[in-house]
Amino acid sequence: MSRQTAVGAGFIASNTMVDTVSRREASEAMQIPAVEIHNLKKSYGLKPVLRRIDLTLQQGKRMALLGANGAGKTTLLRILAGLAKPGAGTTAVEGLDIVRDAQLVRRIVGFVAHQPYLYEELTALENLLFFGRMYNVEHAKERAHELLRRVGMERRVQERVGTLSRGQVQRIAWARALLHSPRLLLLDEPDTGLDQEGAELIEALLAEHTMRGDSILFTTHQLERALQLGDTISMLSGGRIVYQQEASTLLLDELRQKYQEVVR
Amino acid sequence: MRAVREVGADACIFFIQVGAILWKDIRYELRSKQTWLGMGMFALLVLVIFNFTFDLRVDNKVAVAPGALWVAFIFASLLGLSRTLAAEREQGPMDRLLLCPVDRKAIYLAKLLGNLLFIAVVEIVALPVFVALFDVPIFIGQLLPVVLLGTLGIATIITLFSVIAATTRARELLLPLLVFPLIVPIVIGAVRMTQLLMAPAANEPPWLGLIIAFDVIFLSISMLVFQYVVEE
Repeated sequence: MSRQTAVGAGFIASNTMVDTVSRREASEAMQIPAVEIHNLKKSYGLKPVLRRIDLTLQQGKRMALLGANGAGKTTLLRILAGLAKPGAGTTAVEGLDIVRDAQLVRRIVGFVAHQPYLYEELTALENLLFFGRMYNVEHAKERAHELLRRVGMERRVQERVGTLSRGQVQRIAWARALLHSPRLLLLDEPDTGLDQEGAELIEALLAEHTMRGDSILFTTHQLERALQLGDTISMLSGGRIVYQQEASTLLLDELRQKYQEVVR
Repeated sequence: MRAVREVGADACIFFIQVGAILWKDIRYELRSKQTWLGMGMFALLVLVIFNFTFDLRVDNKVAVAPGALWVAFIFASLLGLSRTLAAEREQGPMDRLLLCPVDRKAIYLAKLLGNLLFIAVVEIVALPVFVALFDVPIFIGQLLPVVLLGTLGIATIITLFSVIAATTRARELLLPLLVFPLIVPIVIGAVRMTQLLMAPAANEPPWLGLIIAFDVIFLSISMLVFQYVVEE
């Protein structure tokens, strides 16, 4: 039995805190990457979007994914979030196959995308309670209140999402994504719509997330942000990873120059 | 023993999730009022128009009235139920639910129950109006099993195909084209059964059994294929 299968088989479909902890311990002990992608391809109709992607994100690390519009960043994140199916290749999250173990993968992934994935006619609290049921979160009400407080929305819990501003909705989307304490956060341009205060609150949450040993894969067009938040910088162009470098070895000007070359 | 407990826990989670999605849809509808009002008004208008346009004498009432009733239900259902999935479609086809570790059968079952509830509310309003307008010799209580089983079959098919149609541009046109051929057996059974309740006749086929058989077949198929339909 392969290492991946052995760990995957041990991940029984449950979402209690005990299981989350044991999953974390097991995968950390075996040094299984948070994300491991080999030869991933994806097409929409005849149009190839991802061509032979190879990518590894170690546990507890943060990777910034850069690239021009249409490079395939969002598609890659949607595949990892279980919203799109890979065309070919193998994609694993903590050793779990993204297709075969899709439901288990969804339990350990949190996704903040362009869309907030919230229901406009429900209040902020109702939305979080609903998603708490979907993820089978224990003490969902307490957790929802705590997260709404952490994202600075404690005074808006009873307001319908449809009546809130873009930035406020984005904050609640963050709370939704963190509700089930995901081991891997996928962030598609996560700062969109956030004001300075919101961005700082989210930064604090992200710092806690990585302190716990959890991983983050995020896309952004802000190079400073990529250097600030990422441990590794990857660039996508034409559906391929064309550049990868440790953020600590990069200066902003170097990154800017490289980005210009890739985007061009 | 442990396996039994795990199955029990999974079943419990399944029904909690069904309940949560249903609760969310009902609350959503109560606030947006997009579906019920439109469906209800449409069903009543169809009944009123049919009542005016047909020459309803005692001898042809039994032939015409059941058809009018079921046409009202079917058109109102098609109009309203395609809207119930519109709320999910606002941000990508069902992405908000598909992101969650929810059994896709739970999503289907919840959507079906929600749709049944929406149609049932419309029918509760429309049935007394139908009896009054068409002056038909029928007790609503007798009609309830037929309406319930016929509606279940129609909702089963519309729920599945509205997800398929949702991914296309011509969804409003495509949905009736996909649904109408499939619901023909149920509609025939329901109309004939309604006629029999108004004017009992001998040697009629077991229409209610036919409706039940189609309900079981369509429900089983829909539950099995929904995952493949709803996911990319």
